[in-house]
Amino acid sequence: MKLINKNHVVKKMPTRLAVNSICKGLFFLATLFGLLVLAILFYRIFTQGIGHLNFDFFQNFASRRPEEAGVKAALIGSIWLMAVVTPVSLLLGVGTAIYLEEYARKNWITSFIKLNISNLAGVPSIVFGLLGLTVFVRALALDRSVLAAGLTMSLLVLPVIIVAAQEAIRSVPRDLREASYGMGATKWQTILKVVLPAAIPGILTGGILALSRAIGETAPLVVVGIPLFIAFLPQSVMDTFTVLPMQIYNWTSRPQEEFQQVAAAGIIVLLALLILMNSIAVIIRNKFQKRY
Amino acid sequence: MLEPKQTDTYSVQQLILEKKSKKRWNIEKLIPKLLFLTAVISVLITIGIVLTLIFETFIFFEKVSIVEFLTGHKWLPFASTPSFGVMPLVVGTLKVTVIAAIVAVPIGLATAIFLSEYASEKTRRIIKPILEVLAGIPTIVYGFFALTFVTPVLRDIFPSLDMFNAISPGIVVGIMIMPMIASLSEDALVSVPKSIREGAYALGATKLETTIKVVLPAAMSGIVASIVLALSRAIGETMIVSVAGGSTPSMSMDVTNSIQTMTAYIVQVSTGDAGYGTTIYYSIYAVGMTLFVFTLIMNLLAQFISRKFREEY
Amino acid sequence: MNMTLTGPKKAPTVGIENENADSVFLKETVYETSDLNLWYGENHALKNINLDMYQNEVTAIIGPSGCGKSTYIKTLNRMIELVPDVKTTGQIKYRNRNILDQSYKVEDLRTQVGMVFQKPNPFPKSIYENVIYGPKIHGIKNKKILDQIVEKSLKGAAIWDEVKDRLHENAYGLSGGQQQRLCIARCLAIEPDVILMDEPTSALDPISTLKIEELVQELKKDFSIIIVTHNMQQAARISDKTAFFLNGEVIEYSDTNTIFSNPNDKRTEDYITGRFG
Repeated sequence: MKLINKNHVVKKMPTRLAVNSICKGLFFLATLFGLLVLAILFYRIFTQGIGHLNFDFFQNFASRRPEEAGVKAALIGSIWLMAVVTPVSLLLGVGTAIYLEEYARKNWITSFIKLNISNLAGVPSIVFGLLGLTVFVRALALDRSVLAAGLTMSLLVLPVIIVAAQEAIRSVPRDLREASYGMGATKWQTILKVVLPAAIPGILTGGILALSRAIGETAPLVVVGIPLFIAFLPQSVMDTFTVLPMQIYNWTSRPQEEFQQVAAAGIIVLLALLILMNSIAVIIRNKFQKRY
Repeated sequence: MLEPKQTDTYSVQQLILEKKSKKRWNIEKLIPKLLFLTAVISVLITIGIVLTLIFETFIFFEKVSIVEFLTGHKWLPFASTPSFGVMPLVVGTLKVTVIAAIVAVPIGLATAIFLSEYASEKTRRIIKPILEVLAGIPTIVYGFFALTFVTPVLRDIFPSLDMFNAISPGIVVGIMIMPMIASLSEDALVSVPKSIREGAYALGATKLETTIKVVLPAAMSGIVASIVLALSRAIGETMIVSVAGGSTPSMSMDVTNSIQTMTAYIVQVSTGDAGYGTTIYYSIYAVGMTLFVFTLIMNLLAQFISRKFREEY
Repeated sequence: MNMTLTGPKKAPTVGIENENADSVFLKETVYETSDLNLWYGENHALKNINLDMYQNEVTAIIGPSGCGKSTYIKTLNRMIELVPDVKTTGQIKYRNRNILDQSYKVEDLRTQVGMVFQKPNPFPKSIYENVIYGPKIHGIKNKKILDQIVEKSLKGAAIWDEVKDRLHENAYGLSGGQQQRLCIARCLAIEPDVILMDEPTSALDPISTLKIEELVQELKKDFSIIIVTHNMQQAARISDKTAFFLNGEVIEYSDTNTIFSNPNDKRTEDYITGRFG
């Protein structure tokens, strides 16, 4: 007696294949869903905002009248924010990454630092806002300045930069380091002259992605107390200011229909800025990709 | 081939000896210390967050009893006789998170399966960057999208839906975390070795059967970890729920009414004019602490799952 | 530099005489290894190594994979310290100073002892930058001197004619064999005393291998060369002395001719005749 009835198997086969095809179709539809949402989102925002997007929009400050409202203060403010976040987060992030990858011994301090960084990445952004409010705004009395907001944002994106820089440093082949050590180079000379130059593309790509996160974040700045409505430009890092996402939030939460179009115009500016930064990251990535 | 040494006008070794200075060794000792300091800062941030939350929460609990905070069913901080029971905010947060999970988990998983098991290399190269774009869109943009597109569409379908509700931000938060589930789960699926799949194919299993009965179980820890991480992100999401969720703390399980999440409350107070030192001011730290504990537990859980159940292939 | 040249202190049993029978000149000892033991964690990788190596000679180290030959050559410039959890006992004297003594700065040692690796590993920089890397980190900045160093080193590595018109192009544009000769040039640029070569031709095609072998013959006029190879014919072709390693021990060490024509130990004979390895 045979344990398997071949006829039975053969009879069932078409059904199994049909189920396979149907599910493949379903999986594909699910994948399309993401693309569809992205298309709708871009289409909606573009059609709503394009009407407001003109030269005046970049020239004007925020206003109570929607037709006069502009992004000047917010756009310049976002650039100020970047000017603080870039050096602070890169210096701390790359420094930490070098330490962890090149110098750290395997002990409890190192594992504690690593555990910290991986958990820091999961802390909600708004909680960083609470930290910024307590430490920078109140304790260090930086008030609602560019500096206070910039430091808060730097801490927020720090884990992203550390992880990206760690990966970039790790991907530098071991034999390049050996070649350098073999010439009698010291550890730091090897890091500075061989490891970092080879890791720079990866670090820059990660850095730009982290910065674009800082550009788009709103929640921590709300908590830090960055004003939603401002009609002047900061003159130094100690001045108060506003940024694009805050300005968009302000316009979004206004009841008048017209302000939603202004908000959409602001979103176009923000997205354009982000696309620009991401394109630069992609270009860097492609230009330097895999030379060893 | 090599020029005779005596014609040299210099010797490199001689030059090296001349240039050698003591300074080099000092830098070598100094640099690791400086770099260690930068690493310590990341630890200090975490400690700073925890201490900040603890201290300010402690002050809050001097004004409001911890029992009331944890068990109270009313969150009315602005009433003339305020009450601070955090449950309504937690319920609001959970409603949004559950809806987000209902949207994100099936779609994210299906996308991951499609990309790793069915899609050609070319398709993957097109779709993955698009998912990255979806993940990189600022949350305020999603908030705007929820309020001005998703809510009106939903209200066309269900006219009884409030302007502010839990469904619309829930769906949009789901869209926001979907790429995370898709991409992390795909990593987990891709890392399942080919040989395991080939074993199933060789027995005549269809692609679907192989995926569901062989690949998914092997990648389960990575998938579960990705879902936990994504839900932790949903719990901490702020701007979408602030813009589209409303500001009405409620214990009701109804998802068509206005709600308030923990994050949205912190935003409400921050944009309002509650003065420094008031009970309301300190309440945002207590709420922030609750939020922090929630997300920390979920992050640790995700790490635990992916480490503990890492398959040994 | 530690230039006091001393003759071999203990009476070496092998390797005193030059191959030219008329010469009774005793060669300078470069490396004296005595009772060297090395552990990777619990794994005893090198056992009681005793070897002397001489100036202006090519010393080949052969043996099956995993026999410790690579470990040993990496101990000679302390590159082995890059592996975590390595422990050594015994002595390696380079020019009469124990290099395993931690007060001996590795950077000083490696300035005297250059190394060429298994896989060509030029830096992702221009050919010129590759060659001047060593001199530059050691503080030589004078452009004229650097130019001279580049020319001399590339000529020394027999690659000058191939690259002199594209010194400022990326080294990754070179072929594998050219890359390896560039790495040798990079090593020559700091005019080391000894050159360690860790299977330098294992990643190369036969013609590139031949070029490197010819180059080694040329280089031994000015340098002392220690080469690890898994290729017995290569050892026979280019070396003056050969050490046969097996399971972390030196089974036999003597003149290359002797080892290949009349080995003392049965295991050496088995390996050389291809019975294992």
